[in-house]
Amino acid sequence: MNIIIAAIITGVLTGGVYALMASGLTLIFGVMDIINIAQGALVVLGAYLSYVLEQYLHMDLFVGLLLTMPLMFLLGVAIEWAFIRKLKRDRTMLSILVTFAVALIIEGVLGQLFTTNYVQLHAWYINASFQLAGFYLPYIYVFAFILSGVLLSSLYLLLYRTKFGRSLRASMQNRTAAELIGIDVEKVSALTFGIGVALTAAGGMAFGATTSFNPGSSYDLISRLLVIIVLGGMGSLRGALIASLVMLVIEDVTAVVWSPVWSSTVFFVLLVVLLLFRPQGLFGQLEGRKQ
Amino acid sequence: MSLLEAQAVSKAYGGIRALDTCSINVEQGTIAGLIGPNGSGKTTLFNIITGYERVDAGEIRFKGKPIMNLGPDKVFSMGIGRTFQLTRIFPRLTVMENMHVAAQRQSLRGILGRWSSSQEQKHALELLDFVGITRLKDTPAANLSYGQKKLLEFAFILIAEPEVILLDEPAGGINPTVIGQITERIRTLNKRGVTFLIVEHNMEFVMGLCDTVTVLHRGAKIAEGTPQAVRANPAVLEAYLGD
Amino acid sequence: MKKAKALGLLALLAFSLAFPLLFSNPAITTIAVFTLLFAAAGTGWNIFSGYTGYIALGHAAYFGLGAYALALLCQDEHIPGGYIPFLFVPVAGLIAAASAVPLGAIALRTRRHTFVVITIAIFFIFQLMAYNLRAITNGSAGMSLPLLPPDWNEYFLNDVFYYVTLVLTLLALTLSWWVRNSKYGLGLLAIRDDEDRALGLGVKTGSYKLVAFVISAFFVGMAGAIYAYFLGSIYPPFAFDALFDVAVALMAFLGGLGTLSGPILGALILEPAQQYLALQYGENGWYLILYGLLFLMVILFLPEGIVPTLSKKWASWKAARSTAPSREPPPDDTTTSSQKAALLAEQGKG
Repeated sequence: MNIIIAAIITGVLTGGVYALMASGLTLIFGVMDIINIAQGALVVLGAYLSYVLEQYLHMDLFVGLLLTMPLMFLLGVAIEWAFIRKLKRDRTMLSILVTFAVALIIEGVLGQLFTTNYVQLHAWYINASFQLAGFYLPYIYVFAFILSGVLLSSLYLLLYRTKFGRSLRASMQNRTAAELIGIDVEKVSALTFGIGVALTAAGGMAFGATTSFNPGSSYDLISRLLVIIVLGGMGSLRGALIASLVMLVIEDVTAVVWSPVWSSTVFFVLLVVLLLFRPQGLFGQLEGRKQ
Repeated sequence: MSLLEAQAVSKAYGGIRALDTCSINVEQGTIAGLIGPNGSGKTTLFNIITGYERVDAGEIRFKGKPIMNLGPDKVFSMGIGRTFQLTRIFPRLTVMENMHVAAQRQSLRGILGRWSSSQEQKHALELLDFVGITRLKDTPAANLSYGQKKLLEFAFILIAEPEVILLDEPAGGINPTVIGQITERIRTLNKRGVTFLIVEHNMEFVMGLCDTVTVLHRGAKIAEGTPQAVRANPAVLEAYLGD
Repeated sequence: MKKAKALGLLALLAFSLAFPLLFSNPAITTIAVFTLLFAAAGTGWNIFSGYTGYIALGHAAYFGLGAYALALLCQDEHIPGGYIPFLFVPVAGLIAAASAVPLGAIALRTRRHTFVVITIAIFFIFQLMAYNLRAITNGSAGMSLPLLPPDWNEYFLNDVFYYVTLVLTLLALTLSWWVRNSKYGLGLLAIRDDEDRALGLGVKTGSYKLVAFVISAFFVGMAGAIYAYFLGSIYPPFAFDALFDVAVALMAFLGGLGTLSGPILGALILEPAQQYLALQYGENGWYLILYGLLFLMVILFLPEGIVPTLSKKWASWKAARSTAPSREPPPDDTTTSSQKAALLAEQGKG
C-alpha cells in the first residue's frame, strides 16, 4: 500500500511538470487551431539550454530559467512568424506537418551539437530527497512541482486578469468575431505561440532534471503530450492539467502494481478507451458543423 | 393534411433560449414562410427539423411520426431536403460530380461504378437544366458565383425527389434575376406536389410566394396566417421594430 | 490529347519493366525497390488520407504489422527462402487489414485533430507491444525472415524484389484509379469537402471511411511484409518507424495529396533523395536537418503539391490560348430554362 501511495505522489508531482508542457500545447491549439508537434523537441531544446547554462556558466537551473524562458519565447514568436503565419488553407493539417518538420530540424541541430549520448542536468537537489510523513520525496520533483504551480497560476492570472488575456480568450473562442471587434489576432497568435514555447523552457528544465535525455527523447514526449491534451479536451487548460495528473498517476501506479514495461502502453491504451466513449476528451467539444 | 409539425420545441445553448416551446405546422402541398427578426430561432428550428441538432424538449413530426434527434442522414432519406444559408456544396468537385454525390443509391453495383445508371445521369442533367446551370456542369463548384451555388444546392436537393424542402434564405445575397428564377422553380415544383418551408428576410419574396407565413420572435411563434394578415399584425411590427 | 497521354503511360510502363535490365547495378536497384515500396505504401495511404482528407499519421503500425506477420508466418510454417514467402505477402497484408477494422472503427469515431492524435497513439501502442511482447516478437532482438537461396546472387535477388514491388505498386495504383472513378470515390471526396453535408445527403460516411482505411492498411501492410523479407530481419524501431509516416505524408503532399500520381511522383523524388542523404550524412544531425528543411519548403511553397499546381498552370495556359476574340454576348440560359419550366408546368408533368 505504501508503494502505491508513493507512486501516486510521484505521479502527481511529475504530472505537474507534464501539465506545464501540455498547457502550452493546448493553449496554442485553442487560439490558433494548430497542433504544435514541435512541442516535444522544444522541451528537449529547453533541457539542453539549461544543460549548457549549468555546464558552462555554472548557473543554477532555476536561475537559468530567467534566461532560457525569454529566449524560447522569442524563438516561439519567430517560428510562428516564419512558418505558421504563412499557412492559409488547411491550417490544422498543414501545421501538423510544418511543426513536425521544425521538430526534425531541432532534433538534427541538437544531434549535431550534442551527439546522441544521454545527458542529465546536475544540481544539489537532484538525487537528494527529504522525508515527509514516512515517504521519501525527491527535492527536484517538489521544486519542479512548485515551479509548475507558480507558472500555471501566472498563466491563469494572465488569461483572466489582463487585457491581453481577454483578447487571447476571445481569439480562442471565436477567431473571426475577435478580429471583427478589433483584436489583432495575428499578434495574439504570435504572442500565444511564444508563451507556449516559453513554458517549454521551464518544462524542459524540469524534464531534464528528472530524466536523462538525448535529442531523440522528443518522440516519446510529444506522443505523451498529445495524448494528454486529447484526453483533457483540446483547447482546455483545465483539461490539460487534470489529464496530466490522471495519466501520470495511473502510469506510475501501473509501474509498481503491474510492471514498468507496460506502464507506457497503459498510457496509450487508456486514451483509446476513453475516446471510444467520449471522443471529445474530458473537457473538449464535439466537432462537426451545423451552420 | 399536416405534413410537418413542430410541437412545443425548446432548445437552449448555455444560457440562451434559442427556441421556447415553439410550435409550427406545415400543411402538405403549401409553400410556407418562416420569418422573424435575427435571433428568433429560425435556423435553429431548421437544424432541429433536419436532424443537425437535438431538441431539449418537444417533438417534430413528419406525416405524424416523430423524427427529432434522428440524424441528418435519416431525415434526408425520409424525404426532407434542406439548403443552407451559406451554401454547402462540395467546392472541389465539379457541378456534375456534386449531383452524383447527392444521387447516392444503395445498391453495391451502383457504388462500384461511375453512375448507377444512365437514367440517374439523365435525371441529374434534367435538374441542372431546370435550374439553368447545365453549361457549368464540368466546372469545379468553388468557381461558381454565389447565386449559381445556390442554384446548384437547390438542384442536388431535388435529385432525391424530396416531399418537403426547407430553404434557408434562398434569396439572400443574390440579384433579382436569380431570385426570380428561384421563385419560378419553387412554384413549378409546388405544382407537382412538393411542400416548401422557407426562411427569408426578403419580405417581397415571402409575401409574393408563400401561402402561409409563421412569425417567430425570441424562439416562439407570435403570429401565423396569410401574408396579408401577418403583415398587418401589430405584434409582428413590434417584434421587428421594437428591440 | 488522350492518345498522347495513353502513349506516354505505355512508354512509362515499358520503361519501368525494363529498368533493372538497363540499370543492373545492385545499389541502384536497391534504391528502386525502396522507392517502389514507398510508392505503393503512399498510394495506399492516399486512398484513405488523400481522398477523405483525414490525415492518418499512424500507418507505420500497419507497415510493422505486415512485417511481423510475414516473419511470424514464415517462422511458424517453416517456410524456406525463395519465391514462396512472396505468396504469403498478401496474407500478411490481410492480417494488417483485419486489424485495421477495429482500430479504424475506434479512430474514426473522432474527427480531424483528435483523429490524427489517436492514430499516432495506436502506432505507439504497437511499437511498445513489439518491444514488450517478447514471447511473440522476440523483443528488441528482432526476428529474422527466411534466408534467400544461395544461388540468388545480388543482381538476381534485387531484380526479383524489384518486379514484386512493381506489381504491388501497379496494383495499388489500379485500385486507387478505380476508387477515384467510382461513386464510392466521389463519396470519399465529398467527405473531404464537407462531411456533415455528405452525411445529410445520404452518403454512408462511417462505412465509406472505414473501408478506405482498411484498404490503405492492406497495401501498407504488404509493403511492410516485402520490406521485412528484403532486409532479411526486422526490429521494432525499423518495422514501427515514426519517420515512415512522415515520409509517406511528405511524399503524398509533395506530389499532390488526393491525386492519383501524386504519391508516386513524391516517392520518385524523395526516396532516392532520402537514401542519398542517409548515405552521405548518416543517422543524426544533417540528415534530419535537411529532411526537415525540405519538408518545410515543400509545404510552404507547394502547398498543393506538384501535380495539382502543374495541372492548374496547364489549365490556365489552355484557357488563355482558347479565349476567342469574338464579341457575341454569352448565351442567356435563364430565359430558355424558364421557358422550358413554363412548358413543363403547362404540360402538367409529374
